[in-house]
Amino acid sequence: MAGKKGDLAIIGDRDSVLLAKAVGLDVYDETDPDKASRLIHRLAREEYKVIFLTEPLFAACSEAVDQYKSETFPAIIPIPDSHGSSGVAMANIKANVEKAIGADILFAEEN
Amino acid sequence: MASLQVKPTRMELSNLKKKRKVAVRGHKLMKDKRDEMVRRFILYVRQNQALRKQVEEKLAAAMQAFVLARASMSAEAIEEALCYPARPASIEVGTQYVLSISVPQLKLAEDQGFDYPYGFMTTSAELDGAVQAFAEVLPMLIQLAEVEKICNRLADEIEKTRRRVNALEYVMIPQFDEAIRAITMKLDENERGNLTRLMKTKDMIANR
Repeated sequence: MAGKKGDLAIIGDRDSVLLAKAVGLDVYDETDPDKASRLIHRLAREEYKVIFLTEPLFAACSEAVDQYKSETFPAIIPIPDSHGSSGVAMANIKANVEKAIGADILFAEEN
Repeated sequence: MASLQVKPTRMELSNLKKKRKVAVRGHKLMKDKRDEMVRRFILYVRQNQALRKQVEEKLAAAMQAFVLARASMSAEAIEEALCYPARPASIEVGTQYVLSISVPQLKLAEDQGFDYPYGFMTTSAELDGAVQAFAEVLPMLIQLAEVEKICNRLADEIEKTRRRVNALEYVMIPQFDEAIRAITMKLDENERGNLTRLMKTKDMIANR
């Protein structure tokens, strides 16, 4: 799709990811969770190192995402889409903290 | 707790003692590892949180600008303007080790300054703003990717290590202790039995 294969890919709905094309990321326009999951697996096989995923998709494709979570590459990173941040990514960080430490120490003061 | 089934022999006893020593040493090392990992994790996760906040703000702003740009231009024109990237973005990828966990090291490939991938003829000023905003976020996005991955891996590894520490502390070592105790008692009992038999025999011989 994009000119030359870089190491970065971005998956999401058209409005959110088209912008990334201008700066040279490989853009994949996908909103269907099933297809997006397959796409993630394919991109991982094609040795993309970083895959950005819009938050709604990140939540919907958690199965595919979890599979690569404990591997070094690719890094699958949620980004807010054109409707703004939904807090999925922050929740993810929070889950990490709870998993590692057993209690939420970072966000405690905010809530 | 299920105790270890062992034969009460001296050989088993010395084997068990060796195993226990190794387990205790492993437990200490693992505990140190866990503590250090937690310390680093907290540093990284704070960084992660701050970075994520910044990125989300900036990215949201860029996306908003893009939505505005879309409103002021036709969809085809936007597509046309954005479809040919000036140069594909690529990153330098390496592997670094945080406490022997391999994590990615990402760096945006040498930046030759930003230029617009399209002519200014058919595009609106809003689009320029949006594209530039996004280009500015990109290095932060890459950094975020690196830090977030480190956090993920560390959290995973901490969980595993904690399980190992607990397994050693609450299962393995107590089992060894119990087995060692059982063998010692059995051996002592045998010893006492032997002694009484000897005394008895001695008496019998003396009384003859």
